[in-house]
Amino acid sequence: MRKDKIVFIVGVLLLLGLFVFPLWNITLEAPQYPDSLGMDIWITKITDHNPNDIKNINLMNHYVGMADIQLDMIEFTIFPIVISAMIVLGIIIGFTGNKKLYLTWFIVMILLGIAGMYDFYLWEYEYGHNLNPHAAIKIPGQAYQPPLIGSKRILNFNATSLPAIGAYLMTLGLVLTCIATFLPIKKKIEK
Amino acid sequence: MKQLLAKLLVLSTTVALLVSCGSKDNVAPRGTDNVVSDAASKTYVKPGEYDEFYAFLSGGFSGQLSVYGLPSGRLLKVIPTFSVDPEKGYGFNEETKPMLETSVGFVPWDDAHHPELSQTNGETDGRWIFINGNNTPRIARIDLGTFETTEIIEIPNSGGNHSSPFTTENTEYVVAGTRFSVPIPQEDIAISEYKGKFKGALSFISVDKDSGDMGLAFQVLMPGFDYDLAHSGKGKSHGWTFFTTYNTEESNTLMEVGASQNDKDFIAAINWKKAEEYIAQGKFKEVPANYVNNEYSDETHSAVTKRLNKVKVLDPVECPGLVYFLPTPKSPHGVDVDPSGEYIVGNGKLSADLTVHSFTKVLDAIENKKFEGEAYGIPVLKMEDILAGIVKEPGLGPLHTEFDGRGNAYTTFFISSEVVKWKLGTWEVIDRQPTYYSVGHLMIPGGDSAKPDGKYLVAMNKITKDRYLPTGPEMNHSAQLYDISGEKMKLLLDFPTIGEPHYAQGIAASKIKSKKIYKLEENKHPYVAKTEADAKVVREGKDVHVYMTSIRSHFAPDNIEGIKVGDNVYFHVTNLEQDWDVPHGFAVMKARNAELLIMPGQTETLLWRPQEPGIYPMYCTDFCSALHQEMQGYVRVSPAGSNTELKWSVGEVDEE
Ligand SMILES: [Cu+2]
Repeated sequence: MRKDKIVFIVGVLLLLGLFVFPLWNITLEAPQYPDSLGMDIWITKITDHNPNDIKNINLMNHYVGMADIQLDMIEFTIFPIVISAMIVLGIIIGFTGNKKLYLTWFIVMILLGIAGMYDFYLWEYEYGHNLNPHAAIKIPGQAYQPPLIGSKRILNFNATSLPAIGAYLMTLGLVLTCIATFLPIKKKIEK
Repeated sequence: MKQLLAKLLVLSTTVALLVSCGSKDNVAPRGTDNVVSDAASKTYVKPGEYDEFYAFLSGGFSGQLSVYGLPSGRLLKVIPTFSVDPEKGYGFNEETKPMLETSVGFVPWDDAHHPELSQTNGETDGRWIFINGNNTPRIARIDLGTFETTEIIEIPNSGGNHSSPFTTENTEYVVAGTRFSVPIPQEDIAISEYKGKFKGALSFISVDKDSGDMGLAFQVLMPGFDYDLAHSGKGKSHGWTFFTTYNTEESNTLMEVGASQNDKDFIAAINWKKAEEYIAQGKFKEVPANYVNNEYSDETHSAVTKRLNKVKVLDPVECPGLVYFLPTPKSPHGVDVDPSGEYIVGNGKLSADLTVHSFTKVLDAIENKKFEGEAYGIPVLKMEDILAGIVKEPGLGPLHTEFDGRGNAYTTFFISSEVVKWKLGTWEVIDRQPTYYSVGHLMIPGGDSAKPDGKYLVAMNKITKDRYLPTGPEMNHSAQLYDISGEKMKLLLDFPTIGEPHYAQGIAASKIKSKKIYKLEENKHPYVAKTEADAKVVREGKDVHVYMTSIRSHFAPDNIEGIKVGDNVYFHVTNLEQDWDVPHGFAVMKARNAELLIMPGQTETLLWRPQEPGIYPMYCTDFCSALHQEMQGYVRVSPAGSNTELKWSVGEVDEE
């Protein structure tokens, strides 16, 4: 088999990591939470980083009128289907060895990634801005939207939003598909 | 009478002489010149850092157990055990009331002396700590996952549970020896019939190795002496427990003289493995006895009292090989077994010397039947045959000995107020340090186990004069921390304690797995409300059950109407929090018991009997959140016989 095919298919298969590991992590640190609170965002669910974290995040957030974190979202149905489809397509494309198809797959994947990040931003925006008008603590002009990536101070909390293992595996996969597409590693092993 | 007075005079003069010559030898400094210059840095635990050891100090007449960190001496927690505690609602809430139940009803106090950690292979294992109640004989087990009292068993046929609860090598048993002998079974007889009619019971409480569940396995019926302290054997002496006795004279009045006449009293050596054989062979008498066993469940968050009515009793006369007497001078208090299990140190509190027996020699004497006689049918060994050595004139009034695991022993001397370090085997005194003042027990973490952590020593003092800022006629008792890692002991720290600390236990912090919350989904309390949707009020005749929840920062329900004068209102409050160290309190106006302090995931019940119609506020007593002060509600109480509708709500605003 041609080396570039192997590299491309391995790159595609790394996306499977998204089904095993979380994609993203948001951590909240505050003086009264020395161990910090966190949630892990997967393509299929949101989970506690440590037991009861989401319950405790909701509890803290209700003082400023934030809604409880929704645990069932439409994305959790769509994302797994899209990723699965891309993996199947990617493997087929990998076997064709067609560099144009490689490039198409890669571009589609990048577009999907951007769409995903935009969706994430919208979710964070909604989460941080949709406040109960009867909230106990109201600070004019204050929103509670976590950062898309990186750290941000929100009242007494330091909120950090960073990719998790699933995202790193996906990035590595994309790098591999990119290498397979552009680098001259066509040499045949057999023959 | 004349003779007695003469004796008393002689005795008091001797003691006075002893005391005065003691203080000549060791002029106790007022405080500072034996404190090493780097003491502060050695006890300094940086803010935000943890102590290296937990120390559990008995609260004596407070009936509690207090938890300190070492080396800082910081008080971490007070665990109510035998005494009601309004701070935590212990003994006031419906769930823990059964914990203080006894054969004579609710007893809200006791005198708690000797904490003892559970052991595995002779090492402390950090699972449970046991402690005795002296006055209404009981033993409690405290779970070191939750630091709460989870079981109390009453000891029948006992007149003061002092030589207790010293664990065996694998916590097969904790023991409960009676300090005071009494008629067994109890009866109304003349006190002058003491000799012969009064008996002492030594109890062996079995401990289930998985659940910790205690049960009274058997008792050994002993002569009418006073059984003072005990320790169980380890290593080669595993299978034996040793009890000190005083008053082998069997005096029943003016004991300070009457019980101080014999030059030697006994250490009673009980072969409990032999006892197990006799029990298996059926050589016991089952005698009627009224006692209770109270157990608290972390699932139902409630205690249940079990009533028991008989106990297996072994008579040493009918069970050869079960008990031997080791003659020991003079009114020995502590009996302490070194980490190897070979040396049994008898701290004769009226003796000028310390007597150390050799377990090997004890076995040898028993095998060769080298007895000097019998007492009440129990063989008495010859002291010279079993003696390992004598520590000559180490101090005045030896009480307790612990070990550092490096071949050294440390003994407290009450009268001369000092700790003396001496060497096992050579019996020479290595060092002595003053204490402030009148030291009782001492503790080295693991110092009565097979594996001591010989780094620190804590001395527990009875008198604190001139050590702290005055607080009126009474000052807290005191503990003192010594560094014993070197050849000489160094005084590092004084810290005040709760009640009268008798004994203590210490353990490396890493051995304890402390729990952070109770899981709400595992809460099996019969009146739990696991969500606010489950909150409700149910009337059953005159009993009203409020299924209430608490979470930052409100109760559900927070408005209740339809309660009537004469009702028994049970507030069953479930704390819905699942976050470490977020308890909520609950108090209602004019409740005649206490508050509740409910841990995350727990349910507790306050019984409230309103006396007069009106509006009664209720509120959270533990500052829980920014809106803690708003964590409140109202109960409307109507006159008896009125027909106010029973209703409850939270978050509903009347729109008119
Ligand atoms: Cu509260």
